[in-house]
Amino acid sequence: MNTGRTKYFNFDWITIILFLLLVGFGWLNIISASHTGETLNYLDFNQSYGKQLIFIFLTFGLVVVLLAIDTKFYERFSSVIYIISMLSLVGLFIFGKNVNGATSWYAIGGMTLQPSEFAKAATALAVAKHISDLNTNINSLKDQIKTFIIIIIPALLVLLQNDTGSTIVYGAFFFVLYREGLPKYYLTIGISMIVLAILALKFGAIVTSFIASILIFTYYFFNRKKVSLFQSVFILLLSIALSFGVKFFYQSILQPHQQDRISLWLRLEKDPAKLEQMKRTFAYNLNESEKAISSGGFTGRGFMEGTRTTGKFVPEQHTDYIFSTVGEEWGFLGCTFVVVVFVLLLLRILHLAELQKSQFSRVYGYGVASIIFIHFFINIGMVMGLIPTIGIPLPMFSYGGSGLWAFTILIFIFIKLDSNRINEW
Amino acid sequence: MRQFLLFASIIFVGLLFISRLFYLQIYTSSGHDLYEDNAIRKVYEYPKRGFVYDRNGELLVSNQPSYDVMVIPREVEPLDTIEFCSLLKIDKENFLKTYKRARNYSPRLPSVFVSHLSKEDYAVLQEKMRKFKGFYIQKRSLRDYQTTIGANVLGYIAEVNQREIKNDGYYLSGDIIGKQGIEKSYENELRGIKGVKFIQKDRFNRDIGPYKNGEKDTIPIPGKDVTITIDAELQEYGEFLMKNKVGGIVAIEPQSGEILSLISAPSYNPNLLVGRKRSGNYTKLNKDSIHLPLIDKGLLRMHEPGSPFKTLIALTALQEGAIDEQTSIRCSGAYHYGGSRPMGCHCGGGTRVLNNGISKSCNSYFANAFRKTIDKYNNATEGMNVWSSHIKSFGLGEYLGYDLSIGKKGNIPDGSYYDKWYPDFRWGSTTIISNSIGQGEVLVTPIQLANVMATIANRGHYFTPHIIKKIENDTIPSKYTNKHETSIDKHHFEPIIEGLHDVYGPNGTAWFLNASGIEICGKTGTAENFTKIDGERKQLTDHSIFVAFAPKDNPQIALAILVENGYYGARFAGRIATLMIEKYINRKITRKDLENWILTYTLEHEYIKPFLGEPFEINAKSGMMTVEQYDRILAEREQ
Repeated sequence: MNTGRTKYFNFDWITIILFLLLVGFGWLNIISASHTGETLNYLDFNQSYGKQLIFIFLTFGLVVVLLAIDTKFYERFSSVIYIISMLSLVGLFIFGKNVNGATSWYAIGGMTLQPSEFAKAATALAVAKHISDLNTNINSLKDQIKTFIIIIIPALLVLLQNDTGSTIVYGAFFFVLYREGLPKYYLTIGISMIVLAILALKFGAIVTSFIASILIFTYYFFNRKKVSLFQSVFILLLSIALSFGVKFFYQSILQPHQQDRISLWLRLEKDPAKLEQMKRTFAYNLNESEKAISSGGFTGRGFMEGTRTTGKFVPEQHTDYIFSTVGEEWGFLGCTFVVVVFVLLLLRILHLAELQKSQFSRVYGYGVASIIFIHFFINIGMVMGLIPTIGIPLPMFSYGGSGLWAFTILIFIFIKLDSNRINEW
Repeated sequence: MRQFLLFASIIFVGLLFISRLFYLQIYTSSGHDLYEDNAIRKVYEYPKRGFVYDRNGELLVSNQPSYDVMVIPREVEPLDTIEFCSLLKIDKENFLKTYKRARNYSPRLPSVFVSHLSKEDYAVLQEKMRKFKGFYIQKRSLRDYQTTIGANVLGYIAEVNQREIKNDGYYLSGDIIGKQGIEKSYENELRGIKGVKFIQKDRFNRDIGPYKNGEKDTIPIPGKDVTITIDAELQEYGEFLMKNKVGGIVAIEPQSGEILSLISAPSYNPNLLVGRKRSGNYTKLNKDSIHLPLIDKGLLRMHEPGSPFKTLIALTALQEGAIDEQTSIRCSGAYHYGGSRPMGCHCGGGTRVLNNGISKSCNSYFANAFRKTIDKYNNATEGMNVWSSHIKSFGLGEYLGYDLSIGKKGNIPDGSYYDKWYPDFRWGSTTIISNSIGQGEVLVTPIQLANVMATIANRGHYFTPHIIKKIENDTIPSKYTNKHETSIDKHHFEPIIEGLHDVYGPNGTAWFLNASGIEICGKTGTAENFTKIDGERKQLTDHSIFVAFAPKDNPQIALAILVENGYYGARFAGRIATLMIEKYINRKITRKDLENWILTYTLEHEYIKPFLGEPFEINAKSGMMTVEQYDRILAEREQ
């Protein structure tokens, strides 16, 4: 099959162009969000935008290396890469540097590295390797547990370092496993639990239990041949336990700032005075971020013209809240552009993944799409107030070397795998 | 199907985000208004407020700098309070109290610490100010009155209130606005347009630098100077004559409608309402319930017009053909119209025609003329409507439309007015005969009466009275240059004017008020008035009223004078009218005797009567009192 690709340059240029668009546009917004009124010197490495420019240059070197490595290397050494990565996470407990309450950084010279960013790619490789193993049957409970363990190890390690956001990212692998044949009831149970939990928090455990019992018995009466009464009662009891458990979890296990974020998201607080106080304290970021986005209007205020961006009204604006800069300075048009580019990138990777003939490449590609999707969903959703505040970066966009390189590695390993799909057989 | 879960999720989230963006950025977006943007500090620069000149170019109102000591509590560092207090001339207790109030208002926003420093204090303080961190001196602009007269016309400026801020987007808290007089009427011209600088803030409310390098900033546009129609010299003389009296004088130039003077007595020095002593002085003036100095008597005092109204009765009767110049009646000292009591008349009795009806102010003559006018029509309602519309064409019964913001409509009844009073239509011309002599239900203000005089002087038209003469680089509103024609034909005015001229003749009611060399036309008037003492209606000494214009041909001034409780028209108001006319036309006073008389006698004893709680006499029985006598009584009372 001749797709017009030459032997050495048969990389998927659409993905590469979409990647470059995001990196480039991201950098423009980092300039806006981080410059402090001095005359712009793009090579001033004391400024975030200057540093990010170095990171971007280094990224090109990284890309060359990633594409030069033989395809077989990634599959063959995935276990080794995974183990090294896990060790680097464990090492944080001894050598880690604490930034903003999370011990997830190595300080090397003047630079900091965040191994949890790289762990995502390593885990994706490991999961792909495990599932594509001919001996693995995803429908067997034993293999399911094995797979879960691969995923849960890094998730737990980052959770212990107080980096809740990164933990949630590992939920992305659900999409991968489901695609590869994880039984349907996982999906049913997963969605039911999320719905139950939200209902229980918003309307209380008793109301939720009541609604659940009506639904379950209605279902039982119309499907008596498929489900037994015993099963229904069992599920009902589970639901009730979950409804009450969620309340307990919310009140006793979650940290106060996490409770506040959920309370704000579900509008649990009705007292206007307390709401006003929320806006000044933990909801300050969100409030300022929404205001900045809103003030952009249809066309935005223009590059470096956003008054809220210039005045640094949104804290962390060049990292997690970078999308609010897009909102203020590029408006509805710019934001829609970013959303569309992300959607196209995700769909392109998904499409390529489905075309892969090797299961390893397909599973890995799926992993890449899922991880980027979860970041995209949580980050932009958070900045616009659609989901509770969870601190994770916007891929390719947010300031930070570790993040940029981690996503470069994630994507370009896949581009390399994809470039080889014709030669594999 | 399993491939679709992630695919569908991506599409769903993409659409969800775009809808959320639509909601935030298009549906609820506040847009790009810099004034609404709290990331931008707006710093305003206030322009010079326009000066005010009188009609002869004399400067009346200018500006003076005023210095306020401001404090930003957050920035204050420990200081030598004793030295600071002595510089500011306040005591320590006061210092602490003011400081606490400023702190409570806001630790980071400036508050006024001491307002309106004198120039001397400012000079001393300025040198030492840098020793006191967190305090600074803010320069503001106050009005500087170059004159002591015309407070009611000039008005005053003060800080805007919440309602004014809401009504006009131009104003911000702390801005100055004209509250009264020309300051209010010509606020937009006088204030100019303030300039604004946009400054980028950060989230700690610190300034970062000019927004867009200042390209959106504007510079202040100075206010326009205005010239008013007031003749300062005449105004000052009028206020001088009105000493020890309560009332108003309105003088109008008939051929233009320009208000030459608008006197409200007693008057006060406009400088009293400027600066540090303002609020104390204002309270003092506001509390004077005997003289009500803050009420503009020339614009706000509604009263019965009295005999001057007879001129309008005659004009409507002539226009309607109810009488002509030769129509005569015999006055027997009373007019019998079938009522329970005849209407009395002071003209002395005899045969009356139009001319001596006016000059002797014969009640019977005008009662007859009024009756004939109304009875010409099939029913009284119709007759009264016609009559009313003639009278209203002189600007009565409605706001005149002059350019001062206060006023009263007065009252000119029409047919339906009485239909309401007498529901079964059982009324006729005789029921309402009091109107014929300017009593009954008719009510006017002095400025309306002055306008009637100007209209007669013009032989049938007037220009809306106004106070504005010239606006720098602008024209005055066209409504003040439009002629208003009355519904009375021009030729009917001549016999009336002859009558008014004969008022000063040997047999007229103002025979002793002639000024040599000036042909004056005038009319005396008295108006009964009542007050309530302990809920009981009590009659007071009549108001002395006089209207006049001069010279008879080519009139230059028309005026109306109301001296409250001055008894008959010629006594106080009539003397003042002659003096005002002399002053305006000849610029000197030949009737020194009249001036001395006016300055000798006071009416204070009349004004204080209702407040003494003792029985009192009115009118002729009340007697005259000189200023000296009154002062002696006051002195005795104080002991």
